[in-house]
Amino acid sequence: MEHPRRLFALIGPPSVYLTLFFLLPLGIMAVFSFRAGTIGEARNVFTLEHYRQFIANAAYHRLLWRSSLMAFGIASISTLLAYPLAYFLTFQAGERKLTLMTLIIIPTWTSYLLRVFAWKLILGTNGLLNTLLLSLGIIDQASPILLYSRTAVMVTLVYVWVPFVALPIFAALERIDRSLLEAAADLGCKPWEAFLRVTLPLSAPGVIAGFFFCLIPTLGEYVTPLLVGGGQGAMYGNLIQDQFVRALNWSMGSVMSLAMLLAVIVLLVIFSRMGSFSKLLEL
Amino acid sequence: MSEPAVELRDVTKVFTSTRGDLAEEVYAVQEMNLEIAQGEFFTLLGPSGCGKTTTLRLIAGFERPTKGEIFIHGQPMSKVPPNLRPVNTVFQNYALFPHLNVARNVGFGLEVRRVSRPERERRIHEALDMVQLAEMSNRRPSQLSGGQQQRIALARALVNQPAVLLLDEPLGALDLKLRKAMQIELKQLQAQVGITFIYVTHDQEEALTMSNRIAVMNKGRVLQVGDPVTLYEKPASHFVADFIGESNFFRGVVEAVSGQLVEVQVSGTRVRATAGALPPSSGQEALFAVRPEKVRLIISEESIDGALRGVIQEVIYIGTDTRYIVNVEAQSPVAVRVQNGCGIAPQEYRRGDVVQLSWLPEDAHLLAD
Repeated sequence: MEHPRRLFALIGPPSVYLTLFFLLPLGIMAVFSFRAGTIGEARNVFTLEHYRQFIANAAYHRLLWRSSLMAFGIASISTLLAYPLAYFLTFQAGERKLTLMTLIIIPTWTSYLLRVFAWKLILGTNGLLNTLLLSLGIIDQASPILLYSRTAVMVTLVYVWVPFVALPIFAALERIDRSLLEAAADLGCKPWEAFLRVTLPLSAPGVIAGFFFCLIPTLGEYVTPLLVGGGQGAMYGNLIQDQFVRALNWSMGSVMSLAMLLAVIVLLVIFSRMGSFSKLLEL
Repeated sequence: MSEPAVELRDVTKVFTSTRGDLAEEVYAVQEMNLEIAQGEFFTLLGPSGCGKTTTLRLIAGFERPTKGEIFIHGQPMSKVPPNLRPVNTVFQNYALFPHLNVARNVGFGLEVRRVSRPERERRIHEALDMVQLAEMSNRRPSQLSGGQQQRIALARALVNQPAVLLLDEPLGALDLKLRKAMQIELKQLQAQVGITFIYVTHDQEEALTMSNRIAVMNKGRVLQVGDPVTLYEKPASHFVADFIGESNFFRGVVEAVSGQLVEVQVSGTRVRATAGALPPSSGQEALFAVRPEKVRLIISEESIDGALRGVIQEVIYIGTDTRYIVNVEAQSPVAVRVQNGCGIAPQEYRRGDVVQLSWLPEDAHLLAD
């Protein structure tokens, strides 16, 4: 009798919080998606017009698809860079592990915006990278395309995400029993075979966690594209922001948000069907 | 006699641990020499930290000797990595791959060595039959009991038909009853497959039960190598006599030596012992050991020639035997085991009885201190 009550005491506050600030707004957004307008009489008119518009407008789909590809690319690159980092920390760093780990985490203590701004200074026309390339004679004149491009968005976001992707991979690698690697060698594996047959599959839950950790927030990213992306680097999130803030078309913004939510859910379902993600949740 | 399966020549392993500027050297194995014959069940026995597991890891190739050389079937191993050595290991914690099912765990070594699929499946099946777990082939290791995991670890190693199988306390995690059953099973399996087994344990009873020969180790050194009977009946040192079975130790002064027979003055009485490998001289201090079951108790106030006088302090009835703890002047209490066999009434002797303790000279062994 006491256990359900204690359980309720534990999950009660977060449940209330999530209901008030997550489920309720989501519901409000869903309601807005059916309203003809944001203000005045139009608020009370029910319509599917915005859904029709969204479905008809190929430009929206292109941007959603392109943002998904960018998020996928950013998550993939971050994971590819984070894995060797986590591997080195786990197996090679030895006594320096803690120091190196702290060094990786320290930059994340500064503001996210600050770190994105730093990339503006590096990538700008008179920025660090252009100056360096000029002085080395690799380029003749400062290249403006370093900043305000899709590449700039990807470079910046990969930088932001690598430490966060490395952490779950590091945790997964740390958990691997070293005697399993000895067993693999004992059974005839060269070091790289042991990596492919034992280390990699056993660290897969961490890799998948890190990948999604990066993928999902990146899909809805709008601050970084705003700062370093320019017109070229705009992502789907910027489009939603425009609908809410500039066009004051909350209904359209809601429809677009819900479309993205659907995209994320579809992605998650596909991955959980692949099996590994559900295994991650068991761990 | 063919060449030994495994030979260790002057093998020393030093671990260096650095803490700040201090480098500390730990001798895990010191100048070890061993020859293990083909088809032998050989056990490394000793307390934890004696270097037995390090020795096994040196043979497997997980550690490199600081000095000396290890030969497997005559081939020097110093430049051979673990994956190319003709040995397989059964790990203490089994080290089964949690992401693979039982069949793929067992077939792991065959898969790595590119054995064809039909051949692989046949051998996996054979190995699982051998450990009587054929019906478990689709399970994950986490779904098996400790005893079952242990058998799978064994099958995973044996399926590769190694020249030598290394076992690191493989029964340590099992409960007593299962351990006893597995001891017999392992012993039978070894005889059946004919592979050389090198077995590490700290359990002397386990070592005696299973081994052809045992090397008793302490502090990185091998103290005595021999078959179970020799180690139990003729221990060469205080450590071996104490570690294997139970022993009563007596200290005294050598009075006379004639060949193997030695007379020792113990607590004012002249008793007899066997010199063994250490011929002493008169007047020398001597230490010897007698097993509790080799001591004879005689109720008598009168002193008997060659017997120690004592008083029974404790009578402990344990079913098959009765244990007596006897106080002897200026010696540690002496344990005596009397079997409750035919014609002997249990608890024949009582607390406080004055008794004479005697033994055959060949059951008392002079020891290196």
